[in-house]
Amino acid sequence: MREITYAEAIREALRQEMQQDEHVFLMGEDIGVYGGAFGVTLGLLDEFGPERVRDAPISEAVIAGAAAGAAMTGMRPVAEIMFMDFTTIAMEQIVNQAAKTRFMFGGKAEVPMVLRTPGGSGTGAAGQHSQSLEAWFVHSPGLKVVMPSTPYDAKGLLIASIRDDNPVIFVEQKLLYRSKGPVPEELYTVPLSVADVKREGRDLTIVATGVMVSRSLAAAEVLAAEGIEAELVDPRTLKPYDAATINESVIKTGRVLVVNEGYKTCGFAAEISAMISEGPAFVYLNAPLRRLAGLDIPIPYNRTLEHHTVPQEENIVAAARELMAYH
Amino acid sequence: MATIAQKIPKEALLDMLSKMWQIRAFEEKAEALFALGKVHGTMHLSIGQEASAVGAVSALQAGDYMTSTHRGHGHCIAKDADLKLMMAEFLGKETGYCRGRGGSMHIADVDSGNLGATGVVGGGLATAVGAALSANMRATGQVCLCFFGDGAVNMGIFHESLNLAAIWTLPVIFVCENNQYAMSMSVERALPIKDIADRAASYAMPGVVVDGNDVLAVQQAVAEAVAKARAGDGPTLVECKTYRWRGHSKSDAQRYRTRVEVESWKKKDPIVRFTARLIEEGILTEGEADEIEKRAYQLVEEAVAFAESSPEPRVEEITEGVYA
Repeated sequence: MREITYAEAIREALRQEMQQDEHVFLMGEDIGVYGGAFGVTLGLLDEFGPERVRDAPISEAVIAGAAAGAAMTGMRPVAEIMFMDFTTIAMEQIVNQAAKTRFMFGGKAEVPMVLRTPGGSGTGAAGQHSQSLEAWFVHSPGLKVVMPSTPYDAKGLLIASIRDDNPVIFVEQKLLYRSKGPVPEELYTVPLSVADVKREGRDLTIVATGVMVSRSLAAAEVLAAEGIEAELVDPRTLKPYDAATINESVIKTGRVLVVNEGYKTCGFAAEISAMISEGPAFVYLNAPLRRLAGLDIPIPYNRTLEHHTVPQEENIVAAARELMAYH
Repeated sequence: MATIAQKIPKEALLDMLSKMWQIRAFEEKAEALFALGKVHGTMHLSIGQEASAVGAVSALQAGDYMTSTHRGHGHCIAKDADLKLMMAEFLGKETGYCRGRGGSMHIADVDSGNLGATGVVGGGLATAVGAALSANMRATGQVCLCFFGDGAVNMGIFHESLNLAAIWTLPVIFVCENNQYAMSMSVERALPIKDIADRAASYAMPGVVVDGNDVLAVQQAVAEAVAKARAGDGPTLVECKTYRWRGHSKSDAQRYRTRVEVESWKKKDPIVRFTARLIEEGILTEGEADEIEKRAYQLVEEAVAFAESSPEPRVEEITEGVYA
């Protein structure tokens, strides 16, 4: 199969959905001629014109809110917020308006919008351009939260998100934009709320999201050389997430490491750990649950400090070894 | 000066008066039910502001969009909401517009173009911009009427929304109901300018000040803005100067204003003024006016009977409707 990058896979999903549904349109800062801060929408302006690829001024709140209003009235907008950090500016519109509209109106409204935004550290962009705030959205009823870790998943999940009748926060990973992988040329969907076992193994389960999936896969190869076979579960959709697949894996392996880049306290890894603790897999555990997540500090600029702020391959290997040491 | 009957059909004028009375009656009843302990939440009454709601909405066509505010009973009634479903929602019943999940602050009827009331000041401005964008992109000819209060105009979303609507030439009519107070903060203390409509200048759109207690003046100003929007000439900001007779909500001791001030505005009662004008111009007799008033209170009583006999939402269904 042909290989394209994560960014190209997202662009292809946008293009193909815009081709087959005239209600789909894009709106965001510098998404037109500039092609988006990370080049994801490059070329779409030429193909679809300024009506459907709408450059907006720096107005995150109205970008998100207008997307919701357009979605309530028959369109399927895909809004882009340039950095996940900037979603904080639009939080009122996302969390109080878009997310709650359906329930608050008695289930009589639909808000089929997607809000794409890149998250994650590793680019030397420091405290306000590096965060992984997915837990904020997971904590908001009414939103769906999707975080693809491969080009294949990125395309299929984005198409599924655009076709979903709910507001979807689509968290892209800056560090993955240039990573390549096999992606079918035709339209396909990866269903929301279905986890994917990225690697099978008998000894321990690693639940990882976003860029932590590729780091965990690399760690699993190191562990395999030591005779430890890790199973890697990628939830792919963080809300509503697929608890069954995670529990099934933990029941099989009896050990679990949860890896997420966001701040550790009340983060997504905390949620998955709590779910396992009070669920059917708990009694099968042969070792305490283990979380690896971002330090509870603003992301520092310095390369070495930044590296040590979020989980890296070596941390995953070390944590897995510790888990295996329990008998 | 042309008489109003020469410009607006009698039937439409009587409908406007009837809606104003329905708003007054609905809210007086809401207040009474609250006093009887029959209401679970709070409420924000628009008594005294009936002209801005009815005047503005009467300039719309069926199918046009509207966004409302926490003080939104009047907007809904003006947009032909069913009083029974409104009262049922107010009392938290399953038969209400939002199945009892929204309450007084979130009445919506999306199918009729009422995109709902939001409890967050300024929260509906962006929704309105989006609905107008959607109408333009689908080429439906619809416009969106966006209500908000004086409190919203100092929020970032006000400026973001007016700017986006202006640069994209969207069919939005921004109607600011300036009722003089954002909770306790008077417009004199909150704004360095006298007229909120002046802010339209920053967005190169018309800014119109209108007597918000004169239903016909409001209708005329909004109708001009609607025509402009529908013609593809973009948004307008209309400021309706009005006054809320009641406190901000039920917990308001009103320490920030005097009784004298409230009484002076009650003398400008928009319903009394409109009725007098209709009688003066021979469109309405006093007897007919009384009949319209009586009928409004009767409709509200019927709504209460419907609401009170309606079932409560079922706890078994508590998680329904979060996702489509």
